Amino acid sequence: MSWETVIGLEVHVQLGTRSKMFCGCSASFGDAPNTNVCPVCLGLPGALPVPNEQAIRLATRAALALGCTVHERSIFARKNYFYPDLPKGYQISQFDQPLSTGGRFAVESAERGPIEVTIERLHIEEDAGKSLHDRIPGKTAVDLNRAGVPLAEIVSGPDLRSPAEARVYLTTLRQLLVYAGVSECSMEKGSLRVDANVSVRPTGQRALGTKTEIKNLNSFANVERALEAERARQQALLEGGGTVAQVSLTFSAVTGQVKPMRSKEESHDYRYFPDPDLPPLVLSRDWIEDARAGLPELPAAKRARLVVQFGLTAYDAGVLTSDRGIADYFEAVTAAGADPKSAANWIMGEGMVGFNETGRFAVVPPGLAGLIALVADGIVSHQAAKKVYAEMAVSGGAPRDVAARLGLVQVRDEAALAGWVDEVIAAHPREVERFRAGEIKLLGFLTGQVMKRSQGKADPKGVQPVLQRRLEAK
Amino acid sequence: MSVRDAATAVGGRLAAAGGLNAVLAWSDAALAAEAARVDALPARGALHGVPVALKDNIVTVEQPSTCGSRILAGYVSPFDATVVQRLRGAGALIACKTNLDEFAMGSSTEHSAYGRVLHPLDPERVPGGSSGGSAALVAAGVVPAALGSETGGSVRQPASFCGIVGIKPSYGRVSRYGLVAFGSSLDCVSVFGRTVSDAEQVLAVISGVDPLDPTTANRPPLEPQSPPASLTGTTVGIPREYFPADLHAGVRAACDNAIATMKELGANVVDVSLPHAGYAVPTYYIIAPAEAAANLARFDGARYGARQHSDGDVRALYRATRGKGFGAEVRRRILVGTYVLSAGYHDAYYNRAQAARARIAEDFTRAFASGVNFLFTPTTPTPAFKAGEKTDDPVAMYLADIFVCSANLAGLPAMSIPIGRFEGLPVGGQLMAPPFAEAGMIAAAGVLERHLDAAREVSP
Repeated sequence: MSWETVIGLEVHVQLGTRSKMFCGCSASFGDAPNTNVCPVCLGLPGALPVPNEQAIRLATRAALALGCTVHERSIFARKNYFYPDLPKGYQISQFDQPLSTGGRFAVESAERGPIEVTIERLHIEEDAGKSLHDRIPGKTAVDLNRAGVPLAEIVSGPDLRSPAEARVYLTTLRQLLVYAGVSECSMEKGSLRVDANVSVRPTGQRALGTKTEIKNLNSFANVERALEAERARQQALLEGGGTVAQVSLTFSAVTGQVKPMRSKEESHDYRYFPDPDLPPLVLSRDWIEDARAGLPELPAAKRARLVVQFGLTAYDAGVLTSDRGIADYFEAVTAAGADPKSAANWIMGEGMVGFNETGRFAVVPPGLAGLIALVADGIVSHQAAKKVYAEMAVSGGAPRDVAARLGLVQVRDEAALAGWVDEVIAAHPREVERFRAGEIKLLGFLTGQVMKRSQGKADPKGVQPVLQRRLEAK
Repeated sequence: MSVRDAATAVGGRLAAAGGLNAVLAWSDAALAAEAARVDALPARGALHGVPVALKDNIVTVEQPSTCGSRILAGYVSPFDATVVQRLRGAGALIACKTNLDEFAMGSSTEHSAYGRVLHPLDPERVPGGSSGGSAALVAAGVVPAALGSETGGSVRQPASFCGIVGIKPSYGRVSRYGLVAFGSSLDCVSVFGRTVSDAEQVLAVISGVDPLDPTTANRPPLEPQSPPASLTGTTVGIPREYFPADLHAGVRAACDNAIATMKELGANVVDVSLPHAGYAVPTYYIIAPAEAAANLARFDGARYGARQHSDGDVRALYRATRGKGFGAEVRRRILVGTYVLSAGYHDAYYNRAQAARARIAEDFTRAFASGVNFLFTPTTPTPAFKAGEKTDDPVAMYLADIFVCSANLAGLPAMSIPIGRFEGLPVGGQLMAPPFAEAGMIAAAGVLERHLDAAREVSP
């Protein structure tokens, strides 16, 4: 029997605000424990939450980017449970009236081609603090810097059919959210976290199988690994005549195995009810439309435009739009006059090496455009241009000046070229003989030898006529 | 009299009134510091040198805020409540922190971890609750005004029992920032005064929008007004549901007398009906505990307050801390609140209570839309009862709030003023007005206060 895997993901992303969701404390990562706290996020008696408008704006932006309907009225609700890193004994979230619902999001599946993933909902909530079990032996330490940090929870429909698709969905989602300026989406900093729901069913069956939930996955690779492990476990269970129990699981990156959480940890009745400290969140149509107008061009649209506007291949457009910084740089280089295809090649080649290391491009857009023009005009060879680029990346400077300083400007002076040509003719009598006998393809070989002898300085366009003339002269 | 002298005098009166057990924290040194602070203010405020007592669920940095609970024994807040800042800004002297039913849950101030408060006129009786300490101090003449808090009548009911004025403003009129939450959708910082004017002046100072409380209404603060000469042109509605056949005879007589006075003063008195009034107490005792169960979840011993040592895991710590830290009434309400929100019961209790709440509010909207300016009712079904009389019967205790909790459910301004005495005990009459119509309600109360002899014994 063949099996189909069905996956839905719940993604928490930290909204990129300076301050927390309901107080003025800094939302920054990595500060000394319990330094970004105040009466509100500590849950001190008498303190009250005040919503952060920027967080609501960013969540709205994310919802719109995902094609969701943003509701003019939504409700903050209390999700009740006891845990030492949850200062109020409840988390402020949204429940039956979330900020937004009903989105659709296009993803390129390796197995199925373009697919659409439904976004069931995107809602706003506050983060809990962090329990540190390894800081003090035998005790649990609590850091509340993260308590109250604004999050958007993005819940997909059960529309993914393989662990690899789940990973592509996450990559594409992250790209979108970074583009839209919603979140940094750094898993290392905990600003993106994933819970995965997974079930399997016999291929062709419509009804969903019993699902399990793998909690708190901390990297995209681990999402894929955990889903692989869980799908295999469920499949083996069903093939052996067993049944899948609906449980919450954790994944160990060390063993590559999933294991059930203690039932105590999962058997919550959260007793949601509207938070009476917070009036209903009412957003006007105009405010929502303003947020929509503030959205930048999103990756899919940008990709399509680059293909049409610059005649790039879909592949190149994909690489160039993988990050908004790369796309912006590409457009700046073409705006400075560079040929789009050459600009794309340079950026995907030399440019990306530096970008991947530093997150920025070391050569300013007009500099790269100028360098591309030097190559097109035959003033610098393509090989030499890479050296010029490297020098520009280190010390800056205009491409022509740098090429001159490095002695990489191509030689077109006929006398100089003739000198190298004569040396090559003298050094390769046998090839010269064969050429003269009609083996004209040897012209290429001889041109290459001239280039070599000139240490790349000779302008190849100038070399051939000189070479041809000299060869035919005798 | 200088502010320092006023502070010294308050200290003397507080010491003399110690037997009431109305105060949880005060000191001569703190009073002297308050006086010095007031003297240093650049200008005389509206409450210059006026001593004001604070219910102990209003947080202050200079004295502990215990909420009458063991779980917050010795807890000192790092911030002042907004109302405290406003009182201080107006030159008031913060006199003391007053005793209350634990976390404001009760109607007699017998449910305090620090002992019951005595009624100033009869030590065997209760002063009402939950703001019983504040009410007793005002009634005993220790301070002219005090802050209490209301979730379901906790200022009006003790004001009625103690023979003083208690005003609960509209929900959203006064900031809750720094009021330890009980039922957040119902809670209102409220005021006691010896007179309508005293209470009004304090309310004016603490009222107004607060950026720290998103449930405050964006309205300017109240301004004290001088009451008109008569009630001509005023229509007073008498909701028949508030005058049941078995209403206490003394309370009925006092109300009849007050209604007669209003007519003499030119008021147009009409009969009205609030058909859902009977649902107020059960609705209140679902919504308030539901919110309370969540609001009190933060008292877990993990970060502040009294922590009970426990050898087990964190859940054992919670159980020990909360089991020993909370009194029986608070535990009862947490259990009720948890139950009514739990899966399978949520619709039957919490959701239905919210629907009932909407009906109760609609009753008022309809009554006011018919041309009624305000409603007049008894504040309480009986005068002050005896200590211990209802402590074993929670439902009987809850019914002491039968006439007051509707205003909290509907978010209306309401107040109690003394309207007579029965067998020596004060009887209160309640006025209720449309949302944010405090000014007219208080003005009418001022007229009534001037023309009623509240010290007169009524005869049924």
